Amino acid sequence: MKICILVKHVPGSEAQFSVSPDGSWIQETGLPFEMNESDNYAIEEALQIREKMGEGEVVVVSLGPDRCQKVIREALAKGADRAIHIKEDTPYNTDPYSIATALANTIKDEGFDLVLSGLQSDDLGFGQAGVILGEILGMTTATLVVGTEIQDGKIKVKRELESGWFQWQTMELPASLAIQSGLNQPRYPSLKGIMGAKKKEIKEASFRDVCDVDGLQAFNGLSVQRAEKQTEMIEGTVDQVVTKLVDVFKNEIRIN
Amino acid sequence: MDILVVLEDKNGNIHRMSQEAITGAQQIGSEFSLSIGILAMGVNANALAEQAAQFDVEDVLTLENEHVSNYTADGYGAAVAQVVTNENPTYVFFGHSYQVRDYVPRVSAKLKRPFLNDVVSYSAEGGKPVFSKQVLNAKLVAELQPSNGGPILISFQSAAFSSDNIQNGSANVRSVSVDLDSSAIKTIPEDPFQEEAGGVDLSSAELIVSVGRGIGKEENIPLAQELAKAIGAEIASSRPVVDSGWLPSHHQVGSSGQTVAPKLYLALGISGAIQHVVGMKGSKNIVVINKDPDAPLFELADYGIVGDVLEIIPKLTEALQA
Ligand SMILES: Cc1cc2nc3c(=O)[nH]c(=O)nc-3n(C[C@H](O)[C@H](O)[C@H](O)COP(=O)(O)OP(=O)(O)OC[C@H]3O[C@@H](n4cnc5c(N)ncnc54)[C@H](O)[C@@H]3O)c2cc1C
Ligand SMILES: Nc1ncnc2c1ncn2[C@@H]1O[C@H](COP(=O)(O)O)[C@@H](O)[C@H]1O
Repeated sequence: MKICILVKHVPGSEAQFSVSPDGSWIQETGLPFEMNESDNYAIEEALQIREKMGEGEVVVVSLGPDRCQKVIREALAKGADRAIHIKEDTPYNTDPYSIATALANTIKDEGFDLVLSGLQSDDLGFGQAGVILGEILGMTTATLVVGTEIQDGKIKVKRELESGWFQWQTMELPASLAIQSGLNQPRYPSLKGIMGAKKKEIKEASFRDVCDVDGLQAFNGLSVQRAEKQTEMIEGTVDQVVTKLVDVFKNEIRIN
Repeated sequence: MDILVVLEDKNGNIHRMSQEAITGAQQIGSEFSLSIGILAMGVNANALAEQAAQFDVEDVLTLENEHVSNYTADGYGAAVAQVVTNENPTYVFFGHSYQVRDYVPRVSAKLKRPFLNDVVSYSAEGGKPVFSKQVLNAKLVAELQPSNGGPILISFQSAAFSSDNIQNGSANVRSVSVDLDSSAIKTIPEDPFQEEAGGVDLSSAELIVSVGRGIGKEENIPLAQELAKAIGAEIASSRPVVDSGWLPSHHQVGSSGQTVAPKLYLALGISGAIQHVVGMKGSKNIVVINKDPDAPLFELADYGIVGDVLEIIPKLTEALQA
């Protein structure tokens, strides 16, 4: 089984953002970047499928500037066999169709049986790259995947539906699956894995060479979210805050 | 028609988020003089069409085809792409439901037209609506620029419009068809099911103490449990807490978990992602403790404290026990 995992390097959830002077993106300098959350689960699922099958190759692919080597190395350290880095110089690509096209063109001759991506990127939140890539490459697609079983040359996946419902479906291979968080417990790289990763191949490609389409959408300015409700902020030392909060509980909200 | 709203079936009824999308179409339609059609498909297409025909829109389209009786991403992706090609609307509206996440990107790729997803609002610019979505953990809003021409696929975030404002009227109903080959359907779905319920029905809880990833580690969960015990509250959580195995899944609040509306929702170290917010925004009093003053959940809070939950919780428990 040949498995491709798509990983993205994104700002951490606690990052404080400021909009770049031209309003098109954020100021990246000094921001903490990390692996996109659901991509961690996609990596783990790929490694577990390979372990269960007892054979196979796991290839990690990431598109972005040089900084995304960090998540590529992380995936290699966890056990991916090799990597492809699609380099992009533009500050930020905000078009899921051209991202997916670049990823699809890069992997189209590899003959992957499975492509695993995260459910959505925490920075752009499109939830589209893996599905569009599947459509372009003629694969079956499923999102919100919370379980996988390989069966007689097909894959059975468990999908999350709304409000605590689930559904199994059987799909033909090759398939592109967008993985929802929580379906496994992602491993940490071992020291041996980290050392071993240094010897693994990272092939480079350039976005301009692999993307042959025009984008379908772009950001036309970013702004800070505005508040909806009047919030009463409780301030002071920890003791003062606690005293005021107890008062609010008892006298405003009347909790008992 | 100018706007086509694609309905989602919820056991023979129109999905709440599709109703919101119809409301959005009516508002945008009247502001920019755009006509509206609604597409009903699937095994309950006729029942849905009957309900949709009572709204103030021009057309209701029904699509019956054996390959779209049950939902599959291949079937729905191909069918909706064909209907959109045939009807050629300027906009196609959806609710940003789990089903829409699953197949609409395929429609976008087939048509090579943009899918503006999870849109929260619109404004008028140059006589046209301009749509915006939240990005970067809901801390910023991006105005979206689709490529020129139509159709433009747009899905709206839950509650972007209130279906209380839906306008009634009467519509023409007509059937449409698509040409699908069984070889196009490579997915076989089974029946939906619910995992065994965990015993706590948070929906009727009066007081809820809810923990997020900001609690730090599993060993800190008892701090929140003691606080909950001190005021007789139930314990709830955000998704990462469940994903990490710190609490069982039936404690999860949000789009994949339970919907709650307590008198007090005390959120400890929860950032306020929309998928969490949809499950708790009906709470009467929302109290948020978070060390990040920019955490989006503060926008929903009645009372907010910028601080470290690990410092505050033990003292709060102590004070409430006294
Ligand atoms: C399709 C889909 C469905 C989903 N369904 C759900 C769902 O049902 N329910 C749900 O909750 N999520 C759901 N999610 C996930 C959701 O998008 C968010 O990732 C999640 O809600 C974030 O949880 P969190 O706020 O606990 O964690 P984070 O976003 O990581 O936030 C942690 C917060 O804790 C704060 N913090 C850290 N340390 C401290 C401290 N010591 N003291 C005080 N504050 C601290 C940080 O400032 C931060 O704001 C879903 C996502 C998708 C895409
Ligand atoms: N630049 C990228 N490089 C590699 N994978 C990506 C990239 N952008 C998106 N993906 C993958 O597609 C998923 C969904 O991203 P998105 O469509 O941006 O929400 C992510 O979780 C990744 O697995």
